[in-house]
Amino acid sequence: MSDQSLPIMLGPVCPLPLTHKKQIVIGHGSGGTMSHDLITRTFLPAFDNPALRANDDAGVVQPNQVTRLAISTDSHVVWPLFFPGGDIGRLAICGTVNDVAMSGATPLYLTAGFILEEGLEMDVLNKVVASMQIAADEAGVHIIAGDTKVVERGKGDGLYINTSGVGIIRDGINISGAEARPGDIVILSGPIGNHGMAVLTARGELGFQADIQSDVAPLNHLVAAMLSAGQVHVLRDPTRGGLATSLNEIAHQSQVCITIQENRIPLQPAVNAACEMLGFDPLYVANEGKLIAIIPPGDEKAIIEAMHATHYGEEAVVIGEIQKAPQGRVLMRTNLGSTRIVDMLAGEMLPRIC
Amino acid sequence: MKYLTEFRDPELVHGLLEEIRRTITQPWVIMEICGGQTHAIMRNGLDQLLPSEIELVHGPGCPVCVTPIELIDKAQAIASRPEVIFTSYGDMLRVPGSDRDLFSVRAAGGDVRVVYSPLDAVQIAQENPERQVVFFAIGFETTAPANVMSVLQAKALGLKNYSVLASHVRVPPAMHAILSSPGNRVQGFLAAGHVCTVMGYWEYAPIAQKYHVPIVVTGFEPLDILQGLLMTVRQLEDKRFEVENAYPRLVTFEGNRSAQSIINQVFMECDRKWRGIGSIPASGWCLRPEYADYDAEIRFSVAEIKSNESPICIAGKILQGLCKPIDCPAFGSQCTPEHPLGATMVSSEGACAAYYRYSRRTP
Repeated sequence: MSDQSLPIMLGPVCPLPLTHKKQIVIGHGSGGTMSHDLITRTFLPAFDNPALRANDDAGVVQPNQVTRLAISTDSHVVWPLFFPGGDIGRLAICGTVNDVAMSGATPLYLTAGFILEEGLEMDVLNKVVASMQIAADEAGVHIIAGDTKVVERGKGDGLYINTSGVGIIRDGINISGAEARPGDIVILSGPIGNHGMAVLTARGELGFQADIQSDVAPLNHLVAAMLSAGQVHVLRDPTRGGLATSLNEIAHQSQVCITIQENRIPLQPAVNAACEMLGFDPLYVANEGKLIAIIPPGDEKAIIEAMHATHYGEEAVVIGEIQKAPQGRVLMRTNLGSTRIVDMLAGEMLPRIC
Repeated sequence: MKYLTEFRDPELVHGLLEEIRRTITQPWVIMEICGGQTHAIMRNGLDQLLPSEIELVHGPGCPVCVTPIELIDKAQAIASRPEVIFTSYGDMLRVPGSDRDLFSVRAAGGDVRVVYSPLDAVQIAQENPERQVVFFAIGFETTAPANVMSVLQAKALGLKNYSVLASHVRVPPAMHAILSSPGNRVQGFLAAGHVCTVMGYWEYAPIAQKYHVPIVVTGFEPLDILQGLLMTVRQLEDKRFEVENAYPRLVTFEGNRSAQSIINQVFMECDRKWRGIGSIPASGWCLRPEYADYDAEIRFSVAEIKSNESPICIAGKILQGLCKPIDCPAFGSQCTPEHPLGATMVSSEGACAAYYRYSRRTP
């Protein structure tokens, strides 16, 4: 057995889940292995086409000779509706703007669908809508169509929002999870885990309080700055499932090995402390204002400088590199000098008791 | 982070590794009891850094993995009842019973809720007087005080709608079982630091004496684990078999006497099945008869549910370091992570799950 195939670390949780082929369970929405299984077993066979098969955050299509479009959609069911650093409205705009931007596109237009629960306070809706417009202004996108449905009391958590977005990809840009090449550099735009831990602590169920702000932010201006500075092979925002799951997706799509350094991964002390207390691995905690970029080594300095000059890229760091093998694998060099496997999130992330 | 960073210091870690290398002269098989320690060893890759003379055998100390399949089936039966709010530590929701897990029960309409403390379950019972609230009280000695406290609090509050499905296990009987099994290979133990925080380590001297094995109470950070290993190796090399404490910042000889006292007030020893291992005499705790009103097994008449482990599963032998997963006829065919027959395939830290995932990558 070679060193790299040793069973070093199998994931953040204790027991392996069942695969749940008969019924939807909460883990199907975790963004991890179960979500992927749902996509590959149910959605891909039904809707199969090249854009969908590319498996990126946005579908890229070319309706005529001159234009390439990136189209994405995202539903938002976060609870509570308001949390430190953001709310469901800001999240709904940023989530879709970022998914479009991760294809290298300039996001232009969004649609918004509202599912409102009977009894929702109008004040709450007004606040959410105002927050959406502020986020849209910041991103420079327009909400050009919408839809409203009301469901009976008890059939929704107050408010769900779906947004779809469309953007245009400039000539010469070819960004996809499948484009990582051996020798490339892995960049992370800032500290991880803030969104997930902010929402969790905002629920008030943990018995402790922490000053953690969600990082929810539109990243399209950051992406534009990076694309002006150099060549980018892969962009991905590590949302549900966290950094670990996104890196695994890329390693799989590009059939490469991604090696990251534990001591280079930025983490705010409060996020680290909350994760330690709950037994969460921050590598699996959701982010809503961070991106992973994989770039050729020659452009590292220019792109990092360009990132540092933007508000949401100030803390960008190189966290690792791409290697040829073992294909489809993410490895982490620990602070102690050992190497462990970083697996995908298996199901819903749960606090460990052991 | 204070109290964590200093116990992960790379320089000190390598100093201890060097000391272990200087001390060791021959191969030794050492078992870390606790799943939390297994997790820390894997997460930090300590197994790669240790000298090859040390063979670490992973013990049965993951409460989620050893909870018997029968209890999981009982939990599902209770959680499926319309009047019940079933509360549990999150980990337990994904553990498969005979044919499904608690997530499936929730998806089918059962009111299954994750709580972070059993006292949260008591609060849910207070807020929902018309519902029956059940807490899945599993774990080793570590979780026992909090679980017991929930029963005492429910009693003090006069709650008639709170009960626990108790499946507590104890470490010392498991060590007896491992050490007295024919062909046992374990020569030294890292005792579970958090279990000893509650129980102290007065229970372990008879085990060390009877089986001539060193036992070192060990914590969970890299430095703690290496310190525990160093002390164990020193004893083995010196042919000593004593109980020592490498986790004195939390563990005392007596342990937490008031915690032990409330455990004894509510629980009594009983035989307990361990998933993948079988029944171990006096290895569990169950509610005393005077607390029978809080026993969910009695309240919901699920004592009749009997489920059996697969007879072909050799998880017990694997957990004792006697067999490798590839020795099992069911491995990879009838037994897979998707359809596990035993604890070592259930747990992602389990040896079978590790072999299953990686054997296809091995030449």
